[in-house]
Amino acid sequence: MSLTVERTDPTPTGPRDPGLSHRLAERGVDRTLLLLVPAVLFVALLFVYPFGYGLQLSFAPAEGGPLASYATFFSDPYQYNTIWITLGLALPAALLNVLASVPIAYKMRGRFRGKRLLTIVLVVPITLGTVLTAQGLLNFLGPAGWFNKAVVGLGLADAPVQLVNNYWGVFFSLVITGFPFAFLLILSYLSGIDPTLEQAAATLGADWKQRFRRITLPLLAPGLATTFCLAFVLAFSVFPSAVLVGNPAGETRVLALAAYQAAYEQYDYSLASAIAMVMGAVELLVIAVVLVWRSRLYAGSTGGKG
Amino acid sequence: MSSAEAASPGRFTELRLDGVGRRFAGKDALVDLDLTIRAGEFIALLGPSGCGKSTALNCLAGLLPLTTGSIWQDERRIDTLPAEKRGFGMVFQSYALFPHMSVRRNIAFGLQMRRLPRAEVRRRTEEGVRLVQLEEHADKLPGQLSGGQQQRVAIARAVVLEPSLVLMDEPLSNLDAKLRLEMRTEIRRLHQSLGLTTVYVTHDQEEALSLADRLVVLRHGRVQQVGTPEELHARPVNWHVADFMGFRNLLELEVAHVSGGGVDAEAAVRGEGLTLLGTATGPVSAGDRVVAAVRPEDVVVVDEAGGDNRIAATVEVVEYQGRELAVEVRTAAGRALHLRTERRLAPGDEVTLTVERERLLVYPLAPGEQAPAPLVDAVTT
Repeated sequence: MSLTVERTDPTPTGPRDPGLSHRLAERGVDRTLLLLVPAVLFVALLFVYPFGYGLQLSFAPAEGGPLASYATFFSDPYQYNTIWITLGLALPAALLNVLASVPIAYKMRGRFRGKRLLTIVLVVPITLGTVLTAQGLLNFLGPAGWFNKAVVGLGLADAPVQLVNNYWGVFFSLVITGFPFAFLLILSYLSGIDPTLEQAAATLGADWKQRFRRITLPLLAPGLATTFCLAFVLAFSVFPSAVLVGNPAGETRVLALAAYQAAYEQYDYSLASAIAMVMGAVELLVIAVVLVWRSRLYAGSTGGKG
Repeated sequence: MSSAEAASPGRFTELRLDGVGRRFAGKDALVDLDLTIRAGEFIALLGPSGCGKSTALNCLAGLLPLTTGSIWQDERRIDTLPAEKRGFGMVFQSYALFPHMSVRRNIAFGLQMRRLPRAEVRRRTEEGVRLVQLEEHADKLPGQLSGGQQQRVAIARAVVLEPSLVLMDEPLSNLDAKLRLEMRTEIRRLHQSLGLTTVYVTHDQEEALSLADRLVVLRHGRVQQVGTPEELHARPVNWHVADFMGFRNLLELEVAHVSGGGVDAEAAVRGEGLTLLGTATGPVSAGDRVVAAVRPEDVVVVDEAGGDNRIAATVEVVEYQGRELAVEVRTAAGRALHLRTERRLAPGDEVTLTVERERLLVYPLAPGEQAPAPLVDAVTT
């Protein structure tokens, strides 16, 4: 390695000294990166500072030792069960969004008439916002909504099916708002895979299932992992829909809601900060697991690249 | 690879393309291609970009459905089969190696798809690796290989199945000049040792001439000529093919008189201050518009100014090309001509040129047919 570096050095006997930027570039320093400094400061102020403030606040409860807020949270099942409630919503919703996106994006890779229109239809829910989605869900799936009128009218059920103000309402809301993100990401990952690879596999005798499993899926898997992480984070911070179409006192009392109640109903900022920290920790844990799986996967299929 | 393996299912004695055509969005990419490929043959599909040669190859591979026509493998119709059922090997222009698989696993892929016993997969994979001399690189990923090595993997992956037909889509176009020559020899060597029937697409006439047993020249989706390299080199069927086969000097002239009849008649042609004797490639008569075609290497510089087929010209541009010079000269009438010579000419030299009658091919020009665009005029540039 050092040999190549020496060889690429500018000759010291050159007509004139190379400029500063040139010498920095030799060391892999690009001065234009300095333009990033304002943005980095901005991020530090908007993210790192509040995070640090919240972190120290969580260790400074009004009474008790530094860990008292965490102790309060983890000793009360009404509080710590929110972790499972949130995971129970976010994990299946993120998984469904990713898994449902794959076949649709797979079919939509190529060029065809009406592709733009179809993409718009699939992506429009992004622009709706949670509140509008909740409103729609209540109208459509509520006890007196079109869906239940149809179900009861057709005699498929004796009484309206309870699909809002419970787990399913929040789940549907997460799918509606989360799907477009997952779909767009996976579509771009899939479009990045050279279609001639599949053609090559076909000429080698692989049918579509084998092509998908042996070629497309392994190449797509890192993208699926990334998409799952993003979809999960999005779903994990669910708050408005948990209140509007869920059952905020019971089965959809999610972490964000617990933190909100601690802060603005009990005015216990330390506990609220502790819940926020727990939330962050759980998210990081899930992401870490996914990323470890992703790196395993790559090492396996690349045949020991190192 | 033993001859016993060569007798695998899918062998044919004849592959027949019957009026194969393909349209894209109302535009004809390939029209009415009739071609019979005999087992063991090396066929080159040749033509400029957009002539339909890759379309023909993809139709043959099963990657593109036909718009018209049919493909027959002996008495079996195969154009309705998907690519994976045809059992043809294909080498792509971009190689299309699976980036997440090692060289060995790339080569083994097709064998595994055939559900062959594991021991046989391993044995034939190793054979394939040896065939293209990549033993040291067998565990590397395609991304760690050079272009030439990747190309060899792509070829090994296609031929390791001993397919009844190997399709190659401009496989050398992404390599540098030196490697291209090496791989050309390699492909010819493989074809000779394995005897695999091959269809090879290229826009490089030299590549096609040196590799193929028979060439198919396409233009605007239509077959212009099918023939052996000798036939195409010596006697292109029309001036478009001549242009493509290296006849750089194309002169639009008029027939003065014809002696003898039909093909190979001696035709005197004139125009642009020249009067030349050439060989008619089709029926022509006095007064017809024709295109006279001659290769640069058949334009000879002579000392004496007297005699038949003499052209006086002034040297304009000289390109050094080793033993020979590529020279552009201009006639008194302002027509640029290209020639190759071992004489050391310099710009400004006055020279006398001649062309043998047999080397000047005279092509009839159909009424209304557009003549070749005049060569770039140095005065206007």
